[in-house]
Amino acid sequence: MSILIDKNTKLVVQGITGRDGGFHAGKMSSYGTKVVAGTTPGKGGQKTEGFVPIFNTVTEAVQNEGANTSIIFVPAPFVKDAIMEAADAGISLIVCITEGVPTVDVIAARNYALGKGAQLIGPNCPGLISPGKSLVGIMPGNIFKEGSTGVISRSGTLTYEVVYNLTLKGKGQSTAIGVGGDPVVGLYYIELLKMFQDDPNTDSIALIGEIGGDAEEQAAKYIKEHITKPVAVFIAGATAPADKRMGHAGAIISSGSGTAKEKIEAFEAAGVPVAKEPSQIPNLLGK
Amino acid sequence: MKIHEYQAKDFFTAYGIPTAKGVVCTDSDSCVAAYMHMKSPVVVIKAQVHTGGRGKAGGVKIAKSSIEVKERADEILGMDIKGFTVDRVMVAEGVDIASEYYISFVVDRNTKSVVLIMSREGGMDIEQVAAETPDKIHRISIDPFVGIPDFLARKAAFMLFDDIALVRQAAPLIQNMYKLFVEKDASLVEINPLVVTNDLKVLAIDGKMNFDDNAIYRHPDLEAMFEPTEEEKKEHDAKSKGFSFVHLGGEIGCMVNGAGLAMATMDMIKLYGGEPANFLDIGGSSNPNKVIEAMKLLLSDKEVRVVLINIFGGITRCDDVARGLIEAFKQFKTEIPIVIRLTGTNEKEGREMLKGTSFHSAQTMSEAIIKAVELSKTDKK
Repeated sequence: MSILIDKNTKLVVQGITGRDGGFHAGKMSSYGTKVVAGTTPGKGGQKTEGFVPIFNTVTEAVQNEGANTSIIFVPAPFVKDAIMEAADAGISLIVCITEGVPTVDVIAARNYALGKGAQLIGPNCPGLISPGKSLVGIMPGNIFKEGSTGVISRSGTLTYEVVYNLTLKGKGQSTAIGVGGDPVVGLYYIELLKMFQDDPNTDSIALIGEIGGDAEEQAAKYIKEHITKPVAVFIAGATAPADKRMGHAGAIISSGSGTAKEKIEAFEAAGVPVAKEPSQIPNLLGK
Repeated sequence: MKIHEYQAKDFFTAYGIPTAKGVVCTDSDSCVAAYMHMKSPVVVIKAQVHTGGRGKAGGVKIAKSSIEVKERADEILGMDIKGFTVDRVMVAEGVDIASEYYISFVVDRNTKSVVLIMSREGGMDIEQVAAETPDKIHRISIDPFVGIPDFLARKAAFMLFDDIALVRQAAPLIQNMYKLFVEKDASLVEINPLVVTNDLKVLAIDGKMNFDDNAIYRHPDLEAMFEPTEEEKKEHDAKSKGFSFVHLGGEIGCMVNGAGLAMATMDMIKLYGGEPANFLDIGGSSNPNKVIEAMKLLLSDKEVRVVLINIFGGITRCDDVARGLIEAFKQFKTEIPIVIRLTGTNEKEGREMLKGTSFHSAQTMSEAIIKAVELSKTDKK
């Protein structure tokens, strides 16, 4: 099994006629994801090179093709609207890849999506993958392997790094999720830890955090109280200077808080092992 | 992005938030002229800099005569506060303060909302109040589609004040602050202290606003207020080319795709005994020109002895990276050793293209970092 996406995932790509949307629609499709539709207003009725039908609205994609999951590649100024459109159309899982989305837009769009019963992942994230079943994101599918380790991360490429090491050591993944690098995004550590705890096919969890905010500290507390499966952690940004945004809008040590040290100490205090480098994670998770 | 107190107060005034009157000056004679026009015999001269702790640093002083105004202004102008040179001061009218309060709106990561934070303990470091006496801090999470209706503004105002006359002033102030926050895409709007004067007026004595960098594109008025430091200028130039760049000062220049991997690369360089020169995330696109620009940026730092390129291909395809690198090094003749690690989407094509070049190639991250640290040391003698 897996969480959030599997063989039943039917994907609509919002912004499929853009460069990234088109490229990754093809990649996801060749990975085995059921890419059932794309949307670009004004291009309804056409088909992509890969013969995916394009609709003007997400609602049409849901009605005609049974889409239940959406992935968003539209430019940042249009993301708020795209998330709300997907939620309004009855999409249950919305994954937003676009980076640089204004925070108040994310707050409003996420709130709207929740009201419609939809879950949001991202923005500014690499998406998620349930290896061997479905890829909804921009992750390179070839590095993943079917298995039973759940992966949760605030980063994109650092997730790949950890997964690459897990796969090398023969530890496949049930589902791997990049939650996004912005201060405000959708699903986060605690919701996902709970899903992995409840998933019978996940037997261990890798959590990849970074500087900024205190979500790692809260996750540490949650793991101690609620998670019985082994968890291993890596925290990026131990050498980051204060008050500097390290690429991700959310990766900043401000007013002296949000440091890697505080986070590492919180996990260690909760009895969760912390890797010094990504390649140590497989060993920390046990056999 | 940060702006000055006087700019924040201009926004306050535009949004109907009452503030103590003040004038911005760049020399002490203008300060005296401003003082002469004021009705207030007592004024406060306040340094306008993009950092906190002005008072402690001696950047905020009281003056009671035109001679004192000139003297205090001369003391403050040109002063260095935490690396910022004071080139502007605000001459603010003195206010008879009866009591001080704290009020702010801020983005809260955990509730994923804009939160109103208030305290009757004004004028103090709010983080200290929150740590020592958390029960003295009030927080209200705002529904983005409802905003702050009158009842909620009243409820909030009653948390600060018992007197209905004060609540009637504070409630619209709270609504206007929120309106300002949302309309200008702020990440912080703070009044500390908000005061009640002896004649029972609610007034903002200080004002602070920070803005969401992701939203600057839709606020040309804010863009015009951007006053970068030298370092921020370099970071900003890098950003306009699609990079995130932070200078650190070591010897190993890093070019990485993805912020998390870039941080992990820095951390591991340190772990293996080296010193990273920078944080550089070349982002999630595959434009070969970006790699050329990134190399120019890295090699403009003369401290750099080795360049470590760590690319894990997701959205950025390795063959594009390799093409960019080959192109870049046609233009750059450099003695500096380059360590490259490419993995991910189209990795075979990428590595194939780099065969027969002078780059040090590595497959895993630790392999690449060990090599870069080694080169940064052997190159030194």
